[in-house]
Amino acid sequence: MKRTFADLHLCVEIGDSRQVTRMINKASALGYGLVAVPFPPRATEEQSQHVKKVCKEARIDLVSRVDLRPRTPEDLLRDLRRLRRRFEIIAVLCESKSVARQAAKDRRVDLLSFPNFDFRRRFFDMAEAELASNCLAGFEIDVKPLLTLERVPRIKLLSSLRREAAIAMGFHVPIVVSSGISDELLMRKPMELAALASLFDLNSFSAVDAVSRNPAAVVKRNREKLDARFVAPGIRVVRRGRDC
Amino acid sequence: MLKRVKRRYLAVAIDSGEAIGSGEFMDAVWIAVSKLYGEYGASRAGLSLISYDEEKQFVVVRADHTSLETVRTALASITKIANKPAAVHVLRVSGTIRALHKKTKR
Repeated sequence: MKRTFADLHLCVEIGDSRQVTRMINKASALGYGLVAVPFPPRATEEQSQHVKKVCKEARIDLVSRVDLRPRTPEDLLRDLRRLRRRFEIIAVLCESKSVARQAAKDRRVDLLSFPNFDFRRRFFDMAEAELASNCLAGFEIDVKPLLTLERVPRIKLLSSLRREAAIAMGFHVPIVVSSGISDELLMRKPMELAALASLFDLNSFSAVDAVSRNPAAVVKRNREKLDARFVAPGIRVVRRGRDC
Repeated sequence: MLKRVKRRYLAVAIDSGEAIGSGEFMDAVWIAVSKLYGEYGASRAGLSLISYDEEKQFVVVRADHTSLETVRTALASITKIANKPAAVHVLRVSGTIRALHKKTKR
């Protein structure tokens, strides 16, 4: 079966319809079949309809995503209660250890990400990975800083990513490699993202899975959960009526 | 006995709004490889320019087959060529130039 390549973090400005059209068309031309666009929590229906329309024309599967940046675990829980049923992907940028731990153990969180420029606040250690592996949360790595940073900051980032990727692989936490890009010229083909993943020692199979199978699995699982017939994992309503 | 050197030919497209010369392109490639893998890694890549179509921004580059992933990664990391914003995309990879041209025509 042919792989579907996915970029779960295409940072388009929802209000700028030209940029949306350009970037979605380019993603389609580069070979992506599935794209997640982060919507602001208060995005209007008109804005989301426009993005959906552009994706339909470009024959690309659109996934709605929201990026949460809570300050405390309580903020995170409140945001999750409010937004879980409205978005297909929930990503949490963990800027403190308590938020990172809460996000890793909450089954409603799909992707964990960490600050790219502040290496002391990258809390993806073994304890975090164990919590995440029990709750099926994925570890998201954005490629953007690998392209934009140079010299010492890039070396430090690669060093952190290498350690974190090894931990994630050890605990079977799915790694999702996304672009995190808002500039058209920084967009890369899926296999190029996979090639960049080799910089933090992902082998070629894991790297290709990180841009295809792993993100697709997250989306599939969440779409099943958001389906009206879903009851619990493995249980779904087949038929409604008196003769059931 | 010396082992036969196997090579790979990469068809590459340059994505930039501005005109870029072959020298500028190869400079950018060498800089990218040496930034990521150092001079030792760059020396092992066996890079050379085979053909350059300035009009179509289409390039064929040769690399050592053991360094193919190195070169791919370095090409993906290029964001500027001669201080002009640009991206480089690998279109096809092949073992011979003839097969590469067949694949790219398709």
